[in-house]
Amino acid sequence: MELSLLSALNAERAARRAAVLVTDTGSGAQRLVKAAELQQDPLAELIDRQLRTGKSGSVEVDGVAYFLTVQAPPPRLIVTGAVHISQAMAPMAKLLDLDVTVIDPRTAFATQERFPEVTLLAEWPDEALKRQPLDAYTAFVALTHDPKIDDPGLVAALNSDCFYIGALGSRKTHSRRLERLAAAGFGEAQIARIHAPIGLDIGAVSPAEIALAILSEIVATLRGPRRKPA
Amino acid sequence: MISTDTDILATAEAWAKAGRGVALATVIETWGSAPRPVGSHLVIDNEGNFLGSVSGGCVEGAVVEEAGEVIADGRPRTLEFGVADETAWKAGLSCGGRIKVFVEPVRGKETN
Repeated sequence: MELSLLSALNAERAARRAAVLVTDTGSGAQRLVKAAELQQDPLAELIDRQLRTGKSGSVEVDGVAYFLTVQAPPPRLIVTGAVHISQAMAPMAKLLDLDVTVIDPRTAFATQERFPEVTLLAEWPDEALKRQPLDAYTAFVALTHDPKIDDPGLVAALNSDCFYIGALGSRKTHSRRLERLAAAGFGEAQIARIHAPIGLDIGAVSPAEIALAILSEIVATLRGPRRKPA
Repeated sequence: MISTDTDILATAEAWAKAGRGVALATVIETWGSAPRPVGSHLVIDNEGNFLGSVSGGCVEGAVVEEAGEVIADGRPRTLEFGVADETAWKAGLSCGGRIKVFVEPVRGKETN
């Protein structure tokens, strides 16, 4: 691969744009097809099909074997609440290749000391999410228990096509939350996108265990189950 | 360092820009129970340093060795590993799967 091509591929990834690297595995000849320029490529139809699956794969055209390296944007995690659970979640999410942003307008909570190596936004979620919109490769998690902070985040999430929405809170807290969102005009199907109680039911107790349960649910939503039922 | 796909391609770029000889290995086909999915990467330099994985660790040694050849002669090649490949590669997949790995050189030092 030419280094310039590799740099271009990494640049697309960093900018959260989908791209496909087309490799003739016989000759080693390659080209990078950006999602926005897809229609100009002679293999547009095949590349488009592969891009939609989100998975890399081999194709054969006129006796030539090509490998299509599909690069979908890396998944991102946006959390409201610079709380104990998100402190545990940040390093775990990093290991999972989830790009983490923590939003909390309470400056006593949102300190870089509590959250090293995390994008930290000490502002209201509706403001922060205007600049950093939620896309289909984003998971949103509300962890503050405070409707003043969580609700604007949830509203932004419900208005987006992010792949996961989760909200922490007891059944009582959640039912009141649902009432507020319904009053704000969200329909039943929209509200049903929120995972609550949040996380896989692994009996989590400590903040780190709850973080693990939530991240497990996010991965399960992103990848889907694979084992066949016995 | 945990080698996610992001790290691996970024590392390949960084190593090449630093003037190291670099090869990129990609799983291009799998059959049966393969440990790493199609599209998984392993980056290797001319000193045998590597990051990433194309299997659960069973064939990385053989891929790293072959990558040295790819860096030396600049020609990409496709390797196949399977449980019955012992004589050809002295490496096989204990899980019984088969994989095909494309190994290519990363060419050209970029100035910027």
